[in-house]
Amino acid sequence: MRRAASYLPSRYDLALWGGALLAFFLFPKYLSLATTAAIMALFALSLDLALGYGGIATLGHAAFFGVGAYAAALCALHLSAEPLGGLAAAGGAAAVAGLLSGALILRTRGLTLMMLTLAIASMLQEFATVAKGLTGGDDGLSGYKIAPLLGLFRFDLASRTAYLYSLAVLLAAFLLCRVIVNSPFGLTVQGIHQNPVRMRLLGVPVTLRLLTLYTVSAALAGVAGGLTAQVTGMASVDNLAFSLSGNVLIMLVLGGVGRLYGAICGAVVFVIFSDRAAAIDPFNWLFALGGLMILVVRFAPEGLVGLGQTLSGRWRRPG
Amino acid sequence: MTVPALEITGLCKNFGALAVTRNIDLTLGVGARHALIGPNGAGKTTLLNQITGLLRPTAGRIALFGQDVTAASPETRVRRGLVRTFQINSLFNGLSVAENLGLADAAVRRRDGRLWGRHAGRSGLSDPIAELLERLDLLPLAAARIDSLAYGQRRLVEIALALALRPKVLLLDEPAAGIASGESARLFEILMKLPADIAVLVIEHDMQLVFRFAETLTVLVDGGVLVEGPVETVRADQRVRDVYLGRRHHD
Amino acid sequence: MTLAIDGISFGMILFLVSAGMTITLGVMRVVNLAHCGFAMLGGYFAFALMHHFGLGVLAALPAAVVATMAVGAVLERTVYRWVYGRSELGQVLMTVGLTFVMVAAVNLGFGSQLHTLPVPGDLAGVVELQGVAISAWRSFLLAISLAIGGGLWLVLERTLFGARLRAAVDNPRMAQCAGIDVRAVFTVTFIAGCGLAAVGGVLGTQMLPLEPTYALKHLILVLVVVAVGGPGSLKGALSAALVIGVVDTFGRYLLPGAGGFVIYLLIVAILMVRPEGLLARPR
Repeated sequence: MRRAASYLPSRYDLALWGGALLAFFLFPKYLSLATTAAIMALFALSLDLALGYGGIATLGHAAFFGVGAYAAALCALHLSAEPLGGLAAAGGAAAVAGLLSGALILRTRGLTLMMLTLAIASMLQEFATVAKGLTGGDDGLSGYKIAPLLGLFRFDLASRTAYLYSLAVLLAAFLLCRVIVNSPFGLTVQGIHQNPVRMRLLGVPVTLRLLTLYTVSAALAGVAGGLTAQVTGMASVDNLAFSLSGNVLIMLVLGGVGRLYGAICGAVVFVIFSDRAAAIDPFNWLFALGGLMILVVRFAPEGLVGLGQTLSGRWRRPG
Repeated sequence: MTVPALEITGLCKNFGALAVTRNIDLTLGVGARHALIGPNGAGKTTLLNQITGLLRPTAGRIALFGQDVTAASPETRVRRGLVRTFQINSLFNGLSVAENLGLADAAVRRRDGRLWGRHAGRSGLSDPIAELLERLDLLPLAAARIDSLAYGQRRLVEIALALALRPKVLLLDEPAAGIASGESARLFEILMKLPADIAVLVIEHDMQLVFRFAETLTVLVDGGVLVEGPVETVRADQRVRDVYLGRRHHD
Repeated sequence: MTLAIDGISFGMILFLVSAGMTITLGVMRVVNLAHCGFAMLGGYFAFALMHHFGLGVLAALPAAVVATMAVGAVLERTVYRWVYGRSELGQVLMTVGLTFVMVAAVNLGFGSQLHTLPVPGDLAGVVELQGVAISAWRSFLLAISLAIGGGLWLVLERTLFGARLRAAVDNPRMAQCAGIDVRAVFTVTFIAGCGLAAVGGVLGTQMLPLEPTYALKHLILVLVVVAVGGPGSLKGALSAALVIGVVDTFGRYLLPGAGGFVIYLLIVAILMVRPEGLLARPR
């Protein structure tokens, strides 16, 4: 199984995160895109916990992203424009959504579970479209200002603050995920993924463990959604769309399921390419993406990170 | 008279009109060495599934150290000390031997849900696990992934996994299944060295193993108990010979 | 009353498109999310034929179905072979990728506007049934779908092929030992499933108009029909399709805002009570 790194940062870790920080200085014109990449990386990370480690097949993870987005927007509109509080609200709301839906559906497996996650996400999307008073319906929520981060850093149009903010949140989430994955709980959920019946016969309360995992995953997805609402100034029904659930799944498989860096890598690659390619030709981008997915499944089932590791032989595995 | 480790009374299981378990009584005292034998299709594994809670019996009572567990979930029973192995290996194939046993160890210490600290694959072997691996001669394989092991080795890990759960009642479902008779000596050694306070029930077809290991026997035929008692008595019973030689008996 | 007919015919189209998918899922245990794409291809093939040769819908139907089956056969030999043993996730990804390719291809060939295939002149009218006016085309659809459903049932229950198929589903290894060429059976089944989807695609354009995103738009509904009906069960797919078709139609009419919501609520309710689906094949 994936060897997770120790608690001290490796050279690899430092290089990657240092690089991300460097991007701030090297690509000042692309910070908006970089921010999107960081947010999607967080979203993909959250899905990796549930799907990659715990084996919870979900086609509706955008539900939690959307709940987080709306929660942060509503917080900014009605309570406080302070960003960190909004983020907490986003994570909290999504966690509650994860807890409630998980308690309902986590007893099921496989196709049934997939369908249930899909149905719940779709229900939320329909609800958001209809409940105009709360969610602004098809127009969504907008027109709120976010207060300066920590009272010091204003959110500017060039996304300078937005990028560093998102990057910091991503790093914090990454560290949290690493702790979880290395913990006894992390091994337990991997075991549940591989052999749930045996797990029960070890005396482990399987559904409870999965529920905990799902709730944490939902919370992180919600934080990602909250970030989006805060840096783009808008929360809309698109944040709940099936295409978003599908995209994050693709990102994860592209980068490598069951690897934390796989989630981040896949998200970054996907966001950059979709931005460049979709600008050129939206439908041919679909062609390329579809072809890529087929090839990845055939030739690189461990994703890009896995492929990289295989090709370079003895790499230190980042986890 | 101490409380028996496992007591089953009047256990019945019907699938529609088909009775697969007929009114079975079985008692295991503390430290018992009991074997369950019978022709294929007699319902031995079905019985095991009911005892461990994977299957709900139609009628009857199962008690663990005097406490009724008939309606208890499988998880609860394991936590009370009732542990089984599987006839077909049921391990965590993507994990290493150390991680497999580490999972069991964490579960038994109620630490499997801990969100902090390091798991078994990262923190090295805990003392009880290291000792268990040493006893079973599996220490050199600790870091190997299950799916890289040979079948016989996996069979041993299956038993090690059960022992890592610190069982008080141990149910072994055909531990020697698929193992060549040469290799089964090691298995036998392990069985003989099981702690004296564990009550052990073995389902087996390997009669050599059964007669050397068991003190008492139950013979199961068509879902019901044909004979039970001390090994020598059962062995000499004509009905048992008839069953194995083809002449049917109904009681 | 017209609503009910509408709902039922919608359900029948759903059934036609889903039948192939439930069989593939139940038989080959392959999650084929590109299935809707085959329905779409069938529709577009018919469209092309009608456009270029001036054929009517019913004349173009057989050719369109055959063309789709041919595409299915080629894909099965190549791309699908890659994922037969793989995890469900791998199959999901591969087939979604395939769907994307189909969507892009169709857009390249036909552009992105909506197309419906015109109803043939003789069936464009209205039929009087006990004082209620029902669209002749819808009645025709109903009849055809029932005929196909009945035909499928006949094949499965009464023919040698059907027996072999059922054997292969229950126990592939045993079936192989008994001399049944399981691979061939699966391939034929897959291709037949594609053909069925094509029929649904061609005949259903009034309710499900042709557009490049067809393959993705209706995938959710088809998946739901399969899951709720129980993978592998034709009767289940029929029941689920009818229920969903009717409820969806009524829901959208009676509660214009919350139409979709009702469907999904129903789905959650059904799956929670019967996780294996309404009439799943007993495993």
